[in-house]
Amino acid sequence: MEQTTMIHLDGIHKTYQGAQPLHVLKGISLDIKKGEFVSIMGASGSGKSTLLNILGILDNYDEGEYLLNGVLIKNLSETKAADYRNRMIGFIFQSFNLIPFKNAMENVALPLYYQGVSRRKRNALALEYLERLGLKEWAHHLPSELSGGQKQRVAIARAIIAHPQIILADEPTGALDSKTSEEVMQLLRDLNEKKGMTIVVVTHESGVAYRTHKVIHIKDGIIGKIEENKTMEGQPYLK
Amino acid sequence: MFDDLGEIWTHLKLNKLRTALTGLSVSVGIFLLITLLGSGNGLINAFKANRGGMAMDVVKVYPGITDEAYGGWEKGREIQLDNRDIRMASGQFSDRVTEAAGQISLSGGTMSYGDRSFSASLGGYYPANEHINKLKIIYGRYINNKDMEERRKVIVLSEKTAKQFFSIVSDAIGKSLRVDGNVYVVVGIFSDEGRFGGMEGHIPFTTLQLIYKTGQKVDQLTLQTRNISDAASDSIFQRDFKKAEAGLHSFSPTDEGAIWMFNTAVGEEETDKAMGYLNTALWVIGLLTLLSGVVGISNIMLITVKERTHEFGIRKALGARSWSILRSVLLESVIITAISGYIGLVCGILMTEYLNATAGQETMTIADQTMYTFLNPTVNMTVAIEALFVLIVAGLVAGFFPAWKAVRVKPIEALNAH
Repeated sequence: MEQTTMIHLDGIHKTYQGAQPLHVLKGISLDIKKGEFVSIMGASGSGKSTLLNILGILDNYDEGEYLLNGVLIKNLSETKAADYRNRMIGFIFQSFNLIPFKNAMENVALPLYYQGVSRRKRNALALEYLERLGLKEWAHHLPSELSGGQKQRVAIARAIIAHPQIILADEPTGALDSKTSEEVMQLLRDLNEKKGMTIVVVTHESGVAYRTHKVIHIKDGIIGKIEENKTMEGQPYLK
Repeated sequence: MFDDLGEIWTHLKLNKLRTALTGLSVSVGIFLLITLLGSGNGLINAFKANRGGMAMDVVKVYPGITDEAYGGWEKGREIQLDNRDIRMASGQFSDRVTEAAGQISLSGGTMSYGDRSFSASLGGYYPANEHINKLKIIYGRYINNKDMEERRKVIVLSEKTAKQFFSIVSDAIGKSLRVDGNVYVVVGIFSDEGRFGGMEGHIPFTTLQLIYKTGQKVDQLTLQTRNISDAASDSIFQRDFKKAEAGLHSFSPTDEGAIWMFNTAVGEEETDKAMGYLNTALWVIGLLTLLSGVVGISNIMLITVKERTHEFGIRKALGARSWSILRSVLLESVIITAISGYIGLVCGILMTEYLNATAGQETMTIADQTMYTFLNPTVNMTVAIEALFVLIVAGLVAGFFPAWKAVRVKPIEALNAH
């Protein structure tokens, strides 16, 4: 596979304004290539979540440059930002963030709704993705009727249904036990290896980080060492 | 669009009680609006019906009392109209007065036929009175010019009066009736519809002046007019006419009290204006009531939006545009307002129909005259459509600020809200 740059960060700064301004990102420069499976690891307060929010166009940055698949992401209009999120990015959250009054199928189909895909078509596609993730018989259940692992698989289906360029996962196993954590990480690894999906995982957990190909350490708003993790030798989850 | 409605429906079902309670305030608002407007219409319709028949191109002139001393006369002098006024009106004002008629009314006369005898009022009238007071002749004819010229002793009775003497009203025609010792031939019967008072008979004006020796005196002048149906030309006519009268009766041209004039056309205009004010006042009260309902909806929508902030964050992360969220909140607001408003509208219309069936059928009888207190207290289609339009605007207004608030939140803040 040709290794083109998917994410290019150059000198990203971010300060939260407030009574006491908080300089969270102090010049992040980073390249992530297409098809990479990387993790950004750091302690709480290191700025890793802020970085992920910027990568996901959920938050803006003050200084620097962010190119996503060659597109400059800066000072976008609300509409443009929404469209980029819709077509280029798939999110996986720690707390799943499924809409509670919609069943699994409707949740999965939601990104397509915002693309204007007809209900019949998007529901059919959602069912297909749920089946792939082994959740076909749960398609008409509400999130409250699903286990944590099932919820996260629904969220994964939702993240990939619109064929995004990258998947951003924020502590994807944070609310799961070690067995389901393993399953979820395996799913992500399959997506990366079989579908060539670029995946960025943010975590504080080394057990998660060392299941990715590359571990980027972040500390106090700057990037520390970057480890290649060719062997994918898993460490135990710290549960 | 269908998808949006589905979403909103799901969401409304989640908060059934809240939705119902919020909607109730709008229902009550519209209900009151319709009931008020209906009741207002009831009053207006009743008033119009009671005002009954009077020709629209008529100016009435009544004598008054002088307000100013003039030409050697003290103030406080009673003005007496007479035949000169009639001649003056038709001669000097022929451009605006097509016909001038005088009238004299006498009450307490005795009317008898055979062995029956009743007290009745007697009036001396011009033939024009038939048109001026919109009399409906049911048998025979009214006073004509020949009666006037020859001072004939003919009489036209009201239907009610004729009934006192003749079991079949039409039998009265051609019979001789005695009034205060003089015999008159009955030549016509007019309907009592829209008339006040008891028994009455009309005789030619000239006949009355002769028989009762009232000389040249006239009680009241009635002018059939043209080209003075608006307030401006009416005030010019009144000024001109009063000036002429002042010369005739030696009172000050600036005297306001010496004679009184009333233009039915301008009076109608005034009444319509008053009715318009009433209608506006009812709209204002109704709309203010509705406004409190709208504020309620706006309030609830604000709470809803606050509760759904996290959900909006998820949607934004998945690619929802601002417009999509704005639209869903606005639509939800419009749907609550429209549905509950429609319920209020239907209840309001049922209420006006109920009023129509009860109070609307009641009449008051004053001196044999049927008076409506409340006639057809309903609203028409236009008002219903206006109310519906008001509702949709109200829904948009109620939803706008909450929706705007939902849109303004940054996606990351919305996602972190719980």
